Amino acid sequence: MTGTGRISAAVPFPTAARRQLADPQLRANLRRATRTIRNRRSQAVDEVTDWEALRATGAAIKDDVLSRLPELLEEFETRATAAGAHVHWARDAAEACAVVTGLVRATGTDEVVKVKSMATQEIGLNEALAEAGISAVETDLAELIVQLADDTPSHILVPAIHYNRRQIRDILTAGMPAVDASRLTDEPAALAEAARRHLRERFLSARVAVSGANFAVADTGSLVVVESEGNGRMCLTLPDTLISVVGVEKIVPTFADLEVFLQLLPRSATGERMNPYTSIWTGVHPGDGPRNVHIVLLDNGRSDTLADEVGRQALRCIRCSACLNVCPVYEQVGGHAYGSTYPGPIGAILSPLMTGPDSGANRTLPYASTLCGACYDACPVRIDIPQVLVHLRQVGVDARRDRPSLERVALRAASNLIRDRRRYAMALRAARRGAAPLRLLAGSRGTARRLPWPLSAWTTSRDAPLPARQTFREWWAVRAADESAQVAGNPVAGDATHEPEEPR
Amino acid sequence: MTARADVLARLRAARAGTPVAVPRAYDRRGEVVDRVSVLAERVRDYQAGVQRTGPAGLPEILGRLLPEGRTVIMPAGVPEQWVTGCQARLRWDSDANPLSVAELAADGVSVLTGCTVAVALTGTLILDGGPDQGRRLLTLLPDHHVCVVRAEQIVGGLPAALARLPDPTRPLTLISGPSATSDIELDRVDGVHGPRRLDVVIVDDDHG
Repeated sequence: MTGTGRISAAVPFPTAARRQLADPQLRANLRRATRTIRNRRSQAVDEVTDWEALRATGAAIKDDVLSRLPELLEEFETRATAAGAHVHWARDAAEACAVVTGLVRATGTDEVVKVKSMATQEIGLNEALAEAGISAVETDLAELIVQLADDTPSHILVPAIHYNRRQIRDILTAGMPAVDASRLTDEPAALAEAARRHLRERFLSARVAVSGANFAVADTGSLVVVESEGNGRMCLTLPDTLISVVGVEKIVPTFADLEVFLQLLPRSATGERMNPYTSIWTGVHPGDGPRNVHIVLLDNGRSDTLADEVGRQALRCIRCSACLNVCPVYEQVGGHAYGSTYPGPIGAILSPLMTGPDSGANRTLPYASTLCGACYDACPVRIDIPQVLVHLRQVGVDARRDRPSLERVALRAASNLIRDRRRYAMALRAARRGAAPLRLLAGSRGTARRLPWPLSAWTTSRDAPLPARQTFREWWAVRAADESAQVAGNPVAGDATHEPEEPR
Repeated sequence: MTARADVLARLRAARAGTPVAVPRAYDRRGEVVDRVSVLAERVRDYQAGVQRTGPAGLPEILGRLLPEGRTVIMPAGVPEQWVTGCQARLRWDSDANPLSVAELAADGVSVLTGCTVAVALTGTLILDGGPDQGRRLLTLLPDHHVCVVRAEQIVGGLPAALARLPDPTRPLTLISGPSATSDIELDRVDGVHGPRRLDVVIVDDDHG
């Protein structure tokens, strides 16, 4: 099923990236944050002696799941239902939103508290609920900051990573009327305390909570939420009704398989040995937590992704965001440049796989990478992101073979030149003559920053090296001539053996 | 066609048909030489308090952690002997007489529980709603949680811990340190919505 919702880039990546690059504050915030989290992660990972074995198992469990997803989903449904949960299915974003909205309406409430969840972001649930007159209160601190700022998340794990403490203080004082602006400092502890007070009342009065899930266990029918603050636990235990929106790929076959993922996820995500709180629940627990438990199993482009033989490995993703934190492109542009709920390297493959390349500007996302491979090294479930990026680029090019392309014309011409040595040498000489005036402008840098159309297509995002004053072959020919002159005039014993051969 | 049938049919058509073998070369036993010390060290790393004692010293330590003036909430299965040294106000929560949310969330409340299993290598306590652990809200709303861990409940790694749970379908909470957030400049701040203080008391028969 083709994915819909907030997973389509509205503008091409280069356009969006340029906009983000113009904000030096954003880049400073991102650099600081990604550097911190990278160091923490590598410390936490280095401590684990069997890390590579865990990665291999994590990847294989997920591949196994993907090969028998229908059976495992049915098993999960059977177990969860037997434990008192109601299981619903949704083909796409609109259907999932309609199911959740209907369930909330049936309770008669007009406010829900929310646990941070990528799936509900992806389907645009908050907007759908708002249209139905239901307000959704984000309770994760970073999600709350983003919500109060009327912004969108820019990171999978730390949605407000693009703000620094001063900016966050201003957002909280503007958005939380009870906060005394003159007394709130920008100390993280003071900001967290303000959020605690703001949300406490909401938790205690909420009748419906909406969550996602990090894992869904087939053989027990359990759901797992991994978190830090305790806002998740509040939502999972206080309200009467709990609705969890879960992507179909979140399944793990057995409860014991959690022993792998609960080791991989926290160390990859926040660089901790273990996150403060993990909740695991199975249907309804009488006397403990919600009495009405609903689970919405969501396709929204996942079956399309599964059908792509190279791209299906993206469905192994456990949303740790390690790939974002190590990505040199993400570090510069931030999450908003990707225009999708899923930013960074994983988003650059997941978004176009889920929606198909023709949705919005998603075709441009696979180019948002230098293919350096850092994301693959960091991925706890060994998703070969560079391989999928190249695959999606190829699919994109193949789909447009019938259309004129400047790049193709240029490469054909180049291939024609390179094939013949004489033509090649002539072209180099011509290029050198043509570039002579540019050399004056380039100075000692030796590169041109801006070239006129059509070469501007290259120089909008890179410097163009100018042709060398002398080609290697020319240099070699001169050097060889000099040496043979020397050898002839002043013979030096033993040196003659170094005389180079004429290049063929 | 229902959404269920449609989604299942699409997944069936899209998947690779070949079965996948899952290698299990990682360490499943997680053997640790001194489990008690490793747990103590790792829990301390989360900025939680850790005390070690023999069974005889437990009431005195709990008396100090839960002083006069506080209210101590306990699930029905906490042994009375634990709190014989406590001057605080004692309140028991049971299925028959559950405490109200307001009582749990009031100022000056501590909660005292046991746990089912503890994981040394990650400094994690696992609660499964057993008689000395109670419902999940008990360890969430109060601002201070004191958890008593018996040395024989400590295992090395997570695989051994999950395997030891008597029933994985009970409501489970894995607790590793006090509630925390790193949402502001990735600076760890302890204490957001869950208990801001966590004290772990390890009871070891071999401890003097």
